[in-house]
Amino acid sequence: MTATATTPTAPLLNGQRTPSPASPNEGLQIRGLTKAFGPQSVLRGVEAAFPAGQVTALLGPNGSGKTTLIKCLLGLVRPDAGHLTFAGQPLDAQGKYRARIGYMPQATRFPDNLTAADLIALLTDLRGHPETRDEALLTAFDLAADLHQPLQTRSGGTRQKVSAALAFLFAPDLLILDEPTAGLDPIANGTFKDHVRRARDRGVTVLLTSHVLSEVEQLADRVVFLLGGTVRYSGPVAALLDAAGQDRLESAIAHLMRGASA
Amino acid sequence: MTLTTKILTYELREVSRSRWLLAYAGFFLLVTLGLLRFGGGTTSALLSLVNVVLVVVPLVSLVFGTVYRYQAQSFSELLLAHPVPRAALFTGLYVGLALSLAVGFAAGLLLPFLLYGVDAAAHYRTLILLVLVGSTLTFIFVGIAAGLATRLADTMKGLGAALLLWLFFTVLYDGLLLVGLSLFAAYPLETPVLLLSLLNPVDLARILLLLTFDVAAMMGYTGAVFERFFGGWLGWLVVSGALLAWVGLPYCWAKRAFLQQDF
Repeated sequence: MTATATTPTAPLLNGQRTPSPASPNEGLQIRGLTKAFGPQSVLRGVEAAFPAGQVTALLGPNGSGKTTLIKCLLGLVRPDAGHLTFAGQPLDAQGKYRARIGYMPQATRFPDNLTAADLIALLTDLRGHPETRDEALLTAFDLAADLHQPLQTRSGGTRQKVSAALAFLFAPDLLILDEPTAGLDPIANGTFKDHVRRARDRGVTVLLTSHVLSEVEQLADRVVFLLGGTVRYSGPVAALLDAAGQDRLESAIAHLMRGASA
Repeated sequence: MTLTTKILTYELREVSRSRWLLAYAGFFLLVTLGLLRFGGGTTSALLSLVNVVLVVVPLVSLVFGTVYRYQAQSFSELLLAHPVPRAALFTGLYVGLALSLAVGFAAGLLLPFLLYGVDAAAHYRTLILLVLVGSTLTFIFVGIAAGLATRLADTMKGLGAALLLWLFFTVLYDGLLLVGLSLFAAYPLETPVLLLSLLNPVDLARILLLLTFDVAAMMGYTGAVFERFFGGWLGWLVVSGALLAWVGLPYCWAKRAFLQQDF
């Protein structure tokens, strides 16, 4: 992966660029991202921008390449081709850029004996971060009582709350949230959304995937819609609704999918 | 502390809390206690232990190593989403796991000897060599397990391959060698046999251990050839050098696979 000069991405509807109402701030830029697993082509030249200070929802049906794209960003999957930059810097092969990322995966299997406190201590140590636990964050996610219990004995929802707290813990500049609210109870869900909005207001680049479109409507400023490994729409939510002539995101997405299959 | 050392320390703490490791150490403790108590002297206890170590250490290292890797896959993904280079993660996890198993094995084996003592001071040398060779085998087979679990995404395939390799190195290899020897009995076979025994770490370990006993009858064909050619220090040097090379090869193979892996 090498550095590229980044240009703002105008909204893209079914492969056609439409005029951009505003140039997005430099955040995460993806150019020509391609990945195949054997004969199966998963990402086919993805072009997308995730501006700083905005929440961009990465949407698409199952198998459209969302998870592979996220794994490419994290360095977990090696792209066949493409240029990835964050804040104008290419993502280095050694992974130093990941110090700026907060990642919340869909689900993690933790080692049997590991507690949330152990995990926080380990990650703080690995990052060389000052040894200060963000008690306010842990309290916000109601984790104080579970901190010293092995994570594998806790409920799926509690493990998801730990994942959420970890994503925000190191004051990231880029938040990658993969199906974050699946398994969160309503209180944790509200806390989570508050933290996402606050991060966005601080200028953090937020990438969010979710199948719950009502949630995307609440949080997202922009949408990148993936289908069959290519970007079918990239731009503000409002522009997508306008272009599709719909007032709900769900109908607009359905319109996009019908357009793609026509 | 470097990142590798931090991961290694974490892994040591994590594996040392595993019940499987306790069971592994307990197995060697019980077998050694039994052999010392009822086996008739330390010489025969040590000889029996050589055979137990050569079979059990590769088996447990391969199976535990493979299963542990698959279980750690999701957690490795989590750590790699942080600024942790893959090479540091691989080496930390590999050394942490192999070292834990080696310490469990050594503790189980040594404790009964400390309790009962040995018949002759010379036996201490054999005992220390047995611990060193068993630990080396642990590193070799944990490396192979790491490579298998990285290359084969399917757990059952990985575990199956691990068991097949164990069978190959501990049983089939010598069997095939014997078949080859009987087929080509008319030819001078010393040099090919010497070279072929370098290709099996379990054979190398057996030769190294049995060279310290004066028991040529138990050494099998490859060991006998080695004793005849390299009865002295040269034999030791060649065999220990080859065994150490065996530690490096699976480590490099598995690390390369890990660096290229798509999670």
